[in-house]
Amino acid sequence: MAASTLEIKNLHVQIEGEEILKGVNLTIRGGEFHAVMGPNGTGKSTLASAIMGHPKFEITEGEVFLDGENVLEMEVDERAQAGLFLAMQYPSEISGVTNSDFLRSSINAHREEGDEIPLMKFIKEMDGAMDDLEIDKNMAQRYLNEGFSGGEKKRNEILQLMMLKPAIAILDEIDSGLDIDALKVVANGINKMRNEEFGCLIITHYQRLLDYITPDHVHVMMQGRVVKSGGPELAHRLEAEGYDWIKEELGIDDETVGQKA
Amino acid sequence: MAVETQLPYDKQYITEYSDKRNEPNWFKDIRLKGLELSEELPMPVVKKTRIRNWNFTNFKHDVAGEKISSFDELPERIRALLDEDSDNNNLIIVRNNDVAYASLEDSLKDQGVIFTDIFTAMNEHSDLVQKHFMQEGVKVDENKMTARHAALLNSGIFLYVPKKVVVEQPIQVIFWQEDQEAAFFNHVLLVAEEQSEVTYVENYVSENDEEETVANIVSEVFAHDASKVSYGAVDHFAKGTTSYVNRRGTVGRDATLEWALGQMNDGNTISENITNLMGENALSHAKAVSVGRGNQAQDFTANIRHFGKASEGYILQHGVMKDQSSAIFNGIGKIEHGASKSNAEQESRVLMLSEGARGDANPILLIDEDDVTAGHAASVGRVDPLQLFYLMSRGISQHEAERLVIHGFLDPVVREIPIKTVQKQLREVIEGKVN
Ligand SMILES: Nc1ncnc2c1ncn2[C@@H]1O[C@H](COP(=O)(O)OP(=O)(O)OP(=O)(O)O)[C@@H](O)[C@H]1O
Ligand SMILES: [Mg+2]
Repeated sequence: MAASTLEIKNLHVQIEGEEILKGVNLTIRGGEFHAVMGPNGTGKSTLASAIMGHPKFEITEGEVFLDGENVLEMEVDERAQAGLFLAMQYPSEISGVTNSDFLRSSINAHREEGDEIPLMKFIKEMDGAMDDLEIDKNMAQRYLNEGFSGGEKKRNEILQLMMLKPAIAILDEIDSGLDIDALKVVANGINKMRNEEFGCLIITHYQRLLDYITPDHVHVMMQGRVVKSGGPELAHRLEAEGYDWIKEELGIDDETVGQKA
Repeated sequence: MAVETQLPYDKQYITEYSDKRNEPNWFKDIRLKGLELSEELPMPVVKKTRIRNWNFTNFKHDVAGEKISSFDELPERIRALLDEDSDNNNLIIVRNNDVAYASLEDSLKDQGVIFTDIFTAMNEHSDLVQKHFMQEGVKVDENKMTARHAALLNSGIFLYVPKKVVVEQPIQVIFWQEDQEAAFFNHVLLVAEEQSEVTYVENYVSENDEEETVANIVSEVFAHDASKVSYGAVDHFAKGTTSYVNRRGTVGRDATLEWALGQMNDGNTISENITNLMGENALSHAKAVSVGRGNQAQDFTANIRHFGKASEGYILQHGVMKDQSSAIFNGIGKIEHGASKSNAEQESRVLMLSEGARGDANPILLIDEDDVTAGHAASVGRVDPLQLFYLMSRGISQHEAERLVIHGFLDPVVREIPIKTVQKQLREVIEGKVN
């Protein structure tokens, strides 16, 4: 499989009539790791959810392509099958559906009918990934995310990432709620995915995740668009100095999306 | 449609029917009393569901059923109910109003376990049956349906487990309404003596989508002191059957009664499940799932009454409603004066899958004692679009995602059904009903 490319062009997104994304441009190629940073409420999760097809968000302008295919015309499941993955900031809890049944359904959804993953192979892969992420084995039989701690939910998102092996993954604050040890474990898991074909967009507030997963590109979002891009050094400067200098440089008073530019 | 409310059966018919079955006099008397009362008593109280036009009187009362000599003679859908994991040694198949097949392990017989049809039982174990039959549990004079049940009883099971006997294998009964118009006036009497243990599972099946008939079912369960009874059921009458189901438990000191009820009828249904926690430390879980479809209307009541000190009652009912179906889920926890340190909890959840479906949850707590704990949770809602988004974002189709959510919603009860095969079968029934 050749490396994939996700292109986001001039993306505008509304929710309940209010414009939240105001023209986002970003291209992620297989093999690249991008970090997206930015203060609270600047549209990072909106970007991630809109790409995946969240039912509440309305795309009013712009395009998203995965290897030239128009993502915005696809159903949510088709986007996943085309190779997209979103680790959510707040994953849903689904009672009565075990983690392992869910994972198996997800994997089989990526395969042809009649070519379902053999049970033993599935269990072996799941056990391996759970070991990598130091997840307790009995989590497999628990209901999906129900009663999981914040950190357990995040690990569970990465477990799905590792088993589904998407072409392009978007990880929304995968580091929030993780203790230092868990952060390392999760970062190791993500780094294991790293190869020439896998592209990743990591939304985070903290340099400490980027200490483990070095990004090739760093972007800053404010007011619903990408206002600055650079290399890993940009994240270091944000860690040291905060966002004020960017706001000053660009003449921004209020960085949240409510403000007109 | 003109709906008859009185039965076309008289005293002479009942007497002859009783004589034909060689019933003891005490039982014939109950029948005749039931007949008399059934004319004067009102219908059971069902709030919010209109039952005026339901068929309660059009049915065939006395329909024979052929015996079978091998399971191969059973149609596939009945055979599918047999427990794959056992030799089906503890099984009765009731076909229309007769027993088609009956078996009980010798080792259980030797220990005094009785598992037989109710007519045999009232002759061979008259005292035992008389002592429990419609006395302390369900009473003949509760309403028109219980009275009619007594008058017209035409099939039933007696299961008796003596003191300290532990029955390891599940006991199963399949009630097969083969004749499309045959009615079940069916009585299950389960007596677990002190310190005994038993697991019982029953299946009700019919195929009368067009023909009309009725099912009038009463179960009485006596879990005497320190016994453990697990009672599972899958009700799956077809559209043409109007059902009145009344399952009643009486639980003694330190005894446990676990209900796991799959309420999957396709016709109009009134189903009530009342458990009386009589002894100190008595415990009951009443778990039930339902799926409504088409135009059916249903009324479910789960009611646990606490009389014993430190008794615990937990009600859990989950229902899925689709098409134009409607259902009311009443949950009642009642703690009587004197039942201190008791705990009454209940949870009722309804998931609606279509605009036309209607579901209602009525949680009620009635507490006449200070030193107790109690709680309830109820919700009526639709499938959460964010849950679907989450599942679909992993590549799962919308249809499959909805399936997962629905099965998941019902799973807390389904997995409690005591026989694995019946569990599996219930899942298939659910699958068939929600698709
Ligand atoms: N479902 C929603 N309903 C209403 N407003 C929303 C919804 N989702 C997002 N918004 C609004 O859109 C704006 C951007 O939110 P978004 O979640 O994208 O920010 P973010 O950059 O991810 O912030 P954080 O760093 O806090 O996660 C916020 O003002 C938020 O309140
Ligand atoms: Mg966010």
